[in-house]
Amino acid sequence: MLTVDSLTIRDQAGRALVEDVSFSVAPGDRVGLIGESGSGKSLTALAVIGLLPPGLTATGEIRLGDAYMVRATEKLRTRVRGKVVATVFQEPLTALDPLMPAGRQIAEPIRRFRGLRGTALRDAVHAALDEVRLTDTDRIARSYPHELSGGQRQRVAIAMALACRPQLLVADEPTTALDVTVQAEILDLLDRLVDTHGTALLFITHDLPVAARVARHTHVLREGRIVESAPIADLLARPAHPYTRTLVDSARRFDAALGRHLS
Amino acid sequence: MSKRLHLYIGLVLVLIVAGAVLVSYLWLPFAPDDTSGGRLAPPGGDHLLGTDKLGRDLLTQLLIGGRIALGTALGAVAVGGVLGLSAGLLAGFATRWLDDAAAVVLDILIAFPTLLLAMLIVAGSGASLGTAILAIGLAMAAIVARLVRVLVKQVLGRDFITAARVAGVSWPRIVLSHVLPNIAPVLLVNLALQAGLAVLAEASLSYLGLGTPPPNASWGRMLFEAQATVLTSPVAAIAPGLALVTLVIGMNLTADGLRLGVSDADR
Repeated sequence: MLTVDSLTIRDQAGRALVEDVSFSVAPGDRVGLIGESGSGKSLTALAVIGLLPPGLTATGEIRLGDAYMVRATEKLRTRVRGKVVATVFQEPLTALDPLMPAGRQIAEPIRRFRGLRGTALRDAVHAALDEVRLTDTDRIARSYPHELSGGQRQRVAIAMALACRPQLLVADEPTTALDVTVQAEILDLLDRLVDTHGTALLFITHDLPVAARVARHTHVLREGRIVESAPIADLLARPAHPYTRTLVDSARRFDAALGRHLS
Repeated sequence: MSKRLHLYIGLVLVLIVAGAVLVSYLWLPFAPDDTSGGRLAPPGGDHLLGTDKLGRDLLTQLLIGGRIALGTALGAVAVGGVLGLSAGLLAGFATRWLDDAAAVVLDILIAFPTLLLAMLIVAGSGASLGTAILAIGLAMAAIVARLVRVLVKQVLGRDFITAARVAGVSWPRIVLSHVLPNIAPVLLVNLALQAGLAVLAEASLSYLGLGTPPPNASWGRMLFEAQATVLTSPVAAIAPGLALVTLVIGMNLTADGLRLGVSDADR
């Protein structure tokens, strides 16, 4: 489905921001990328969808479906996007156009890839909103992003991403900007949707417990390199790399402190 | 002052001028070249504002000057808006050296004084209303282009553009449905402000004899002609001055009211 082979991303000064990163995602698989901010996890995601910011260059190979995203022409990449891969971003407020009603934003990719118009298009938008457990779909479809709550916005963004049934969903810190309770709901939602549609998931986060909820095989990134790769359960039980160990320890300490206060 | 008040007062002032101009197309107190009232007649009687030094009715001249002022504002905003928006969009999408080059060219154009640009164009093609509109519009285009370039870059950096691109939406569609609507509010405020500046620029050009040629009245030239007799018949200077101030303040307040409304919607 997705194969990343010795991906290196450099800035204009030639400094390597991501170095020699390799991993793969099988159809229907869920892979986690864990790392602190600046570790290169989001850049890796942008390289996968072929949308690195100007000034950054990628070398190595990224195979997405049957397209090679590093060397493919923009035309070819555009063909892959939406149909093969879709994304959910960290901040749902900026991920939605503030001046366009939610329904129209979901309709855009559906119109393009499923060729629906008129009533059929409206029905598809409502079905997409239904699927992300948004009730009162009429009102939500007419609402502008600022009229929705953070959780509702992220649900709209997920609906938009999954509307065209991509084979791979790239979720870049999709719950970081949300309240903890909403976080859990969104994770459950992603979990279920990815399962029902057999969508592969590349889940990017800095939060180990969050990754533990949805990811299976997980790669730990630090300063642009993968320092450890293992199934998430093994990472939690037997972290091999010192950095992973500090991540696991701090998560445990946090849990313990929480437990102490609660009891 | 609340933002509503800004907007309403501004719109009322602009509408007063616009209304008077509309009326002038249907009815004028006197023919523009009617000098039967005698030179420098005081206000009152047949001639509500008196007559100028050639004996023409001042109110008539004032109304015709209003046509020129509003026409310049609309024309210059159209020229500056269309050229500036297109150039700004191109520069906004450009990357690396092309973008750097665009930024430098725009900065140089903006540093070039509008009046000097107008004088050069007039030297080439002679003084006329069209020349004045073209010169003011070109100067405005550079300012608008610089603004649009920055706005476009800001919008392009936001996640929803990436989301649209990942969703395979084509560039023309992204520009039409995401970029333009998102830059429109700030652009409109700026154009309202520029309209006021265009009115002032036209008055300056006409005052210097580079704008509307005689016998057509322009507020700038009326001010120039009233200069010599300002002590004996001050109304000839005060009337076009007041008209100018009304229109420009009206446009500025409108821009202010719109701006406050825009920044409110952002929050």
